[in-house]
Order: sequence, then C-alpha cells, then structure tokens
Amino acid sequence: MIGKLIYGLFFQLGQWVLWMNHAFSRPEKLKVYWRETVRQMNDLGVGSLPVVIIISVFFGAVTTVQFYYQISGTFVPNYYIGYIVRDMTIIELAPTFTCMLLAGKVGSNIATEIGGMRQKEIIDAMEVMGVNTAAFLVLPRLVAAVFMIPLLVILAAAISILGGYFASVWGHLFTSSEFLQGLHSFFIPYNVYIMLVKAVTFAFLLTTISAYQGYFVKSGSIELGRASTNAVVLSDVAILVADYIIAILMT
Amino acid sequence: MIRAVDIKKSFGDKEVLRGISSEFYKGKTNLIIGRSGAGKTVLLKILVGLFRPDEGAVWYENQCFFDLSKKETQQLRMKIGMLFQGGALFDSWNVEENIRFPLDMYTNLTLGEKKKRVAEVLEKVELSGVEPKYPSELSGGMQKRVGIARAIVLNPQYLFCDEPNSGLDPKTAIVIDKLIQDITRHYNITTVINTHDMNSVMEIGDNILLLKDGLVAWQGNKEQIITSNDDTILEFIFASPFLKRLRKKALGL
Ligand SMILES: Nc1ncnc2c1ncn2[C@@H]1O[C@H](COP(=O)(O)OP(=O)(O)OP(=O)(O)O)[C@@H](O)[C@H]1O
Ligand SMILES: [Mg+2]
Repeated sequence: MIGKLIYGLFFQLGQWVLWMNHAFSRPEKLKVYWRETVRQMNDLGVGSLPVVIIISVFFGAVTTVQFYYQISGTFVPNYYIGYIVRDMTIIELAPTFTCMLLAGKVGSNIATEIGGMRQKEIIDAMEVMGVNTAAFLVLPRLVAAVFMIPLLVILAAAISILGGYFASVWGHLFTSSEFLQGLHSFFIPYNVYIMLVKAVTFAFLLTTISAYQGYFVKSGSIELGRASTNAVVLSDVAILVADYIIAILMT
Repeated sequence: MIRAVDIKKSFGDKEVLRGISSEFYKGKTNLIIGRSGAGKTVLLKILVGLFRPDEGAVWYENQCFFDLSKKETQQLRMKIGMLFQGGALFDSWNVEENIRFPLDMYTNLTLGEKKKRVAEVLEKVELSGVEPKYPSELSGGMQKRVGIARAIVLNPQYLFCDEPNSGLDPKTAIVIDKLIQDITRHYNITTVINTHDMNSVMEIGDNILLLKDGLVAWQGNKEQIITSNDDTILEFIFASPFLKRLRKKALGL
C-alpha cells in the first residue's frame, strides 16, 4: 500500500518533469502566447484580489491580537509586537499563506479548466493543428503567475501589517506609535528578498502542478473533480516542502 | 490519398484494432462505420497522429507519418483539418477568435485579412455574422458548423470528421453532410468521416469501411453496400428499416 503510493508519487514526479521539459520550448508564435498571457494575468490578478485582501486584513489583525495576549504581563516591550508581526508576515505568512490560498483558488481553477479542455477534445484539436499544447497551456499561465503572484504577496504583506495596526490601535491594545516604532525596528531588507524568492517558487509550483493535473485527466466528471482536488493538495504539499528547503538554504 | 497499413492498437489487454489496412481516396468522402465501441474514433485519432499505433504505419501520399521530423510533422499538420464530435471550441474565446486561431498561429496575414477569411468560411457553413458570439451561446449544430469552419480555414488537404452529425436534427445533418461533400469535391481533398448515420452512408458514401472486431469487415461504395450479400453487411442493413427498404428497392423486390 505504502510502496504503491510512493511508486505512484515518483511516477507522477517523473512524468511531471518530462512534461515540463516538453512545455519549455520556443513558442510557435509569440504574439498569440502574449495575448493569452495578458488574459491570464488579468484573470489571476484581478480575480484573486478580493480574497487576498480580505484574508490578509484578518490575518494581520489576528496575529497581532494573539501576540499581544502572549506578551502582555511579561517584560517584553509592546513595540516588539509590531516588529514580530512585520517579520512573521514578510518571511512566512504573506508568501506561504497567500500561495496556499491561491493553490486552492487558482490551482483548482487551472486544473479544471485544462482538464475540461482535455475532456472536450480541445487539447486534441490543438494538437492536430500542430500546436505544442503543453507549452501553450502552461507558459502563459506560468508567466502570468510568476509575475502576478509576487505582486499579490507584496500586497498581502502590506495589508496584513495594516490589519495588525488597526487591530492594535482600534482595540486599544497599545498605541499606534508603539506599533510603528516596532515596524521600524531591526528591519532587514534581505527578508523581503526571501519573501520574493518564496513567492516566485510557489507560483511556479502551483501553476505547473495544477496544469499537469488537468492535462492528464481521464474522462468523466469524477476524474475532473479528482484532478482539481489533487491539484490543490499536491500544490500545498509542494509549497510547504519548498518553504522548508528555502528556509534552510536562505536563513 | 491516405493509406493505413496493418494498424494494431490495444489498450491494456483490450485489442481494439487488430490489423487495419485501407486506403482513403482524394476528392472522395471516405466513411468509417461500425457499432459503438468498434474503434472508429481510435482509428481516426491514429490517422491524424493523436495516438501512436502499437504496430503499423500511416502514409500521407508518399510520406510515412511516423518517419517525419518535427518540422515535417508540423508542416503536414497544417494541411490537416479535423472536426471533433463536440466541436472542441474554446469556451473563453468567441467564434471569431476560435476560427482565427490557426491563422494567428501559422500565417502572417493582417488582422483585416484574417477577419475576411473568417467571414468567408463562416459564410460557407451558413453562419454569417456570428463572429462575436461565444460557444455557449450557440446550439450544438452551430458549434459543429463553427468547428467545420475552423477545420477548413487553412484550406486543408485532408479533412477528418468524428461523427459530424451525431446529435443533430435530420435536416441540419443533411446540410452538414452536403457541406462536407461539397468541400471535398470542390477542393479535391481527402476526407475521412466516422459515422453512425445510415442517411449519411447512403448520401455521401463514396468509399465505405466497415469495422468489426478490430478488422475491416467490408469495404465498398454506397451502391455496393446496399446490394451486398456479405453477412456482416446484411446484419448491418437489417438493423435499419430504412436500409432494408432501400435494399429491397435496389434489388427490385
Ligand atoms: N484512451 C483510451 N484508453 C483506453 N481505452 C480506450 C481509449 N480510447 C478508446 N478506448 C477503447 O477503445 C474502444 C473503441 O473506442 P472508440 O471510441 O474508438 O469507439 P467508437 O467506434 O468511436 O464508438 P462510438 O461510436 O461510440 O464513438 C472502446 O472499447 C474504448 O473503451
Ligand atoms: Mg467515437
């Protein structure tokens, strides 16, 4: 049972690598690819904006309130909260959490869309026309994601911190100047760099894994649902594993 | 002309095609018939290179499909148009973008020229003016006609149709049959059609291939099929009251 699972995982991994290799080839016609990329950027960026904003506000607020609860009554000065919230957001919460959220939204979307194309023979139709379908379906989505997701992550980080600020000030936990002082303390620009590396890596993983799940879907709506679920679960696992590796390599 | 030589294909331990050899002629509508599950779609997908057969070869004129370089395959593909069972249109693109796609991909025409070409093929399938509509706004028959328009937009030399008139009303089915036949004759292309439809068989069956148990059970034209005494064909004919009547008439009974 476990052996079979591991075998399956490695088989999938191998197929994924081969498929990616096939997808990374020169586009037949840049203009058509570019048009598709712009469309994907729009779908991904604008489409994900509301959910990223809402989740980030609350994330920042909750983190701040929790830390206040843990720190109050100790000798740790209040302004430390601003500092901790900032760094946690930048290094971990904004990139990892946003991307896991996007794996659920964008990843399942990609898997279902491409899976639907497979089932409705749209991919076959393009193959007959001589299109490299792996490239045509992956590259525009990948470029869009690698460009838009870091922007979303930056936005998420900013809004999270803002959420923390409002929670502390409106909740009268401590003064805004304390929070701001925290935000200004011990700032390390390198952390922002880590955040961006994470965002790009996770964007790559979630798009290619989800597209792969959709591309090789079998017939039937049950299979389509399974592909969508697999896309989300595997993307999340890959993101966490990559998160761990990046943490080891970069800190 | 397309030639299939001893094509074999299995999925797992299920032998779907067990050695198909046949020729598909230029300027003719070549029909593949057979019961559901006989392997018609699999054969068609092998002919266009979507499936690789376990054994056998497919020849386009004097080129063997599987010996071609990547570049040559690409060039051959540009000469192939295919209509899929459900139309296979992009949901998120409108009709114009769908039909324009092969032009965008493989020609250097200006946008104006492309639009003109799209209008031309749409007129041919009697759908002038639907350019801005999305596939979801069209009926099944209209989607199929848009599929045909896309299949012929690059002036293919080979046209493949997987059940062009399944799920259509008899009148639209005849329109589509006629359309495919006209295109085939007019441009002298090699057309291969999968069908269940006995009407089509009798209307446009220039060259008919009957698949059974993974083999070609019978081959001939529509005049021959109706008077044939082959067991498999008789089984096929007696399953349809319409063909039974035609047979009686043809034999003067
Ligand atoms: N990708 C595939 N994987 C496994 N088996 C397949 C695949 N494609 C087709 N088959 C099997 O091959 C057989 C022939 O299928 P095919 O679709 O060619 O039939 P058909 O003659 O086109 O039938 P219909 O008239 O219903 O469309 C079926 O038994 C089908 O289960
Ligand atoms: Mg079929």
